[in-house]
Order: sequence, then C-alpha cells, then structure tokens
Amino acid sequence: MGPLSVNEIISENTNLFLAFIIGIGFGFVLEQSGFSSSRKLAGVFYGYDTVVLKVFFTAAITAMLGLLFFSLFGWIDLNLVYVNPTYLTSAILGGIIMGAGFIMGGYCPGTSFCGASIGKLDALVFIGGLFLGVFIFGLGYNLWEGTYMANFLGSPKVSESLGMSDGIFAFLLIIIALAMFWVAEWAEKKFPREEY
Amino acid sequence: MTKSKERKARPYINPYVGGVLLGLVLLAANFVSGRGLGASGAIKSTVVTAMNTVAPEASANSGFVKEFGEAHSGSPMKTWLVFEMLGVLVGGFLSGSLAGRLRFKVEHSPKITSRRRLIFALAGGVLFGFGSQLGRGCTSGSALSGMAVLSLGGFVTMMAIFGTAYALAYFFRKNWI
Repeated sequence: MGPLSVNEIISENTNLFLAFIIGIGFGFVLEQSGFSSSRKLAGVFYGYDTVVLKVFFTAAITAMLGLLFFSLFGWIDLNLVYVNPTYLTSAILGGIIMGAGFIMGGYCPGTSFCGASIGKLDALVFIGGLFLGVFIFGLGYNLWEGTYMANFLGSPKVSESLGMSDGIFAFLLIIIALAMFWVAEWAEKKFPREEY
Repeated sequence: MTKSKERKARPYINPYVGGVLLGLVLLAANFVSGRGLGASGAIKSTVVTAMNTVAPEASANSGFVKEFGEAHSGSPMKTWLVFEMLGVLVGGFLSGSLAGRLRFKVEHSPKITSRRRLIFALAGGVLFGFGSQLGRGCTSGSALSGMAVLSLGGFVTMMAIFGTAYALAYFFRKNWI
C-alpha cells in the first residue's frame, strides 16, 4: 500500500496537494507546541524550558514506531521509504554550523516559518538569513564540494551500524528518551522561567 | 521590554501531546510521499529558482544548481517541500489566530535590545542556511525525519546540532536568559 505516491496509488498532483495539507498540520502542531517562540526554543539549552527536547523526541519515537508497526501490518513497504544518506564529514560539519546558527538565531528553518506566520519579526529576519546562507553555499559550491561529498557511507540505518535489530534499537531509544524527559522535568523545576 | 500588555493567549498544548501529534504528521508524510518532513529544501528550491531567473548562464554552470537538477525533475518550485512549507505558514497562522497569538513582535530577552536580537537572528539564519545545505537537511529534514527512519546520518546530524548548541550556549546566554 504505502508509500502512496511511490506506489503510484495517488497522482503527482494529489501528492503535492497532500504535501500542502500535511504542511498545515506541521505548522499547526509546531505553533500549538510553542515552537513559534525563539525564547521558548532556546530554553532547552539553558534548562528553563525543555519543550524542544520533549516534542522532538516524542515525535521521532512516535513516527519511528508508527513506521515499524505499519511495516509489520503490511501497510507500508519500508524499502520504498527514503532513508537519508550518510556523508559523515558533512553530516558532522553541517550539524556543527547549524548548532551555532540555532543558539545565535533561536530558530531552525521550520520553526522560523512558524514564528513568522504569527508575526515574529526576528523569525522573518532569520528567514532572510537562511536564504542568504543557502545562496552563499550555492555560490561557493566548488569550494566545499569535496567536503560535501567526503566519507560517503551509503544509506545505513543506525541499528545496522550498531549491529542490532530495528526493534531492539527502537526500544533502547525509548528508554533513553524517557531518561532525558526525566532530566528535562527536573531542569524545568530547577531553573526559573518567565512567560514570554 | 514588554510592559506586560494584557495578553489573553491560550496556553500551549502539553509538549508530549504535541510530540505525538508531530510524530503522526511525520508518519503521514512518509506514508503519502515515502519521505519525511523538511524545511530547508523549500528554501533551496527558491534560491535555485532565483539563480535560474536572475543569472541563467551562471546558474547553468553552477555545481549547486546541477546537483539540485539531478535530484529533481521539472520546475524547482513544484516540489513536495515547497508545497509543504506553504502549508506550514497557513497552519502556523491558523494556530496562532485560534490561540490569540497573532502579533508583530521582536522577541528577545529584556537584557538586550531588539536591534541586537535582529543582528543575531540574521547571523544565525545565515549559518543555519549554510549548514543545512552542507548537512543535506535541517532539524526537520535531516535530524527529525532521519531519526524516524533510523538513518545513521540523521542521528549524527542531530547530535552535532544539539551538541554544538549546548557547547556554545554559555557564550550567548545574555541573549536568552
């Protein structure tokens, strides 16, 4: 059955229409969770508001389990689901640069669109920066193409790399997430927080 | 410097409920399109379109545009992530209007000026934009969606993003607390 568009159960235009609908859900949930506020997002790095950690990991686990169950029920063919390729060097370097951008700018790309949609001007300026950053990457592409392509490992799953089944890895990730939620709840009690 | 204007904004939803809902949206994306969510991809589409329009010759020779063309057929604006991000703007706006949070505002710690906040927002945006291209996706496309499909790269990028932000948090604390 799934993925619907890969199996050509729905047309390309229907797929794009559903992208718009799914996007509405994405933006709605982000905003409802408080991801339109940069001070709320940045809170996770100081312990005063850990909403990012809770929402992010709960979402990752929910989707991961959903995909595993859908596969088990024969509703989706996981071989047709895109697994992000791993280029180790750029995955680490890109992540480091994004991390610096996160703590300075207080948003990530998705949340900045969400913030801008309710009138946050800092989010709008952040988006301007995003376009500039992507443009700079495009302009100097030849300069960093080597780094961008270095250490290509294919599209391995983290469970394979650790030598365990998907199910066991999922179970361990849930235990780790629960431990992090416990620390997060503790941190929010310890560090003062104001409304913003 | 907000003079605590009377705000009747509704409270945010429980973060764990929000997380489950976000996970279901991500699951829906995978079920429909075979790929997860994303954000920076839509910006890349727009930049590629702008380069094609403004400087078609230079753009045709750009490795960046070529690489994009290899992965996407047809118009760069007619891609899944562009439509999804348009939806994000609508969804965020809907949520904000229902909750009474629509307001033009520069949000920042009372210890800093709006000007400083905006300068840092711009600098952070440039870094995030650049990093999202190098890392083949941002927090949504690489970290969150990558983790859901157990991609090794997704986990590595997630740890690099959060690890760096934690490591640098001390130096930027005045901006936030």
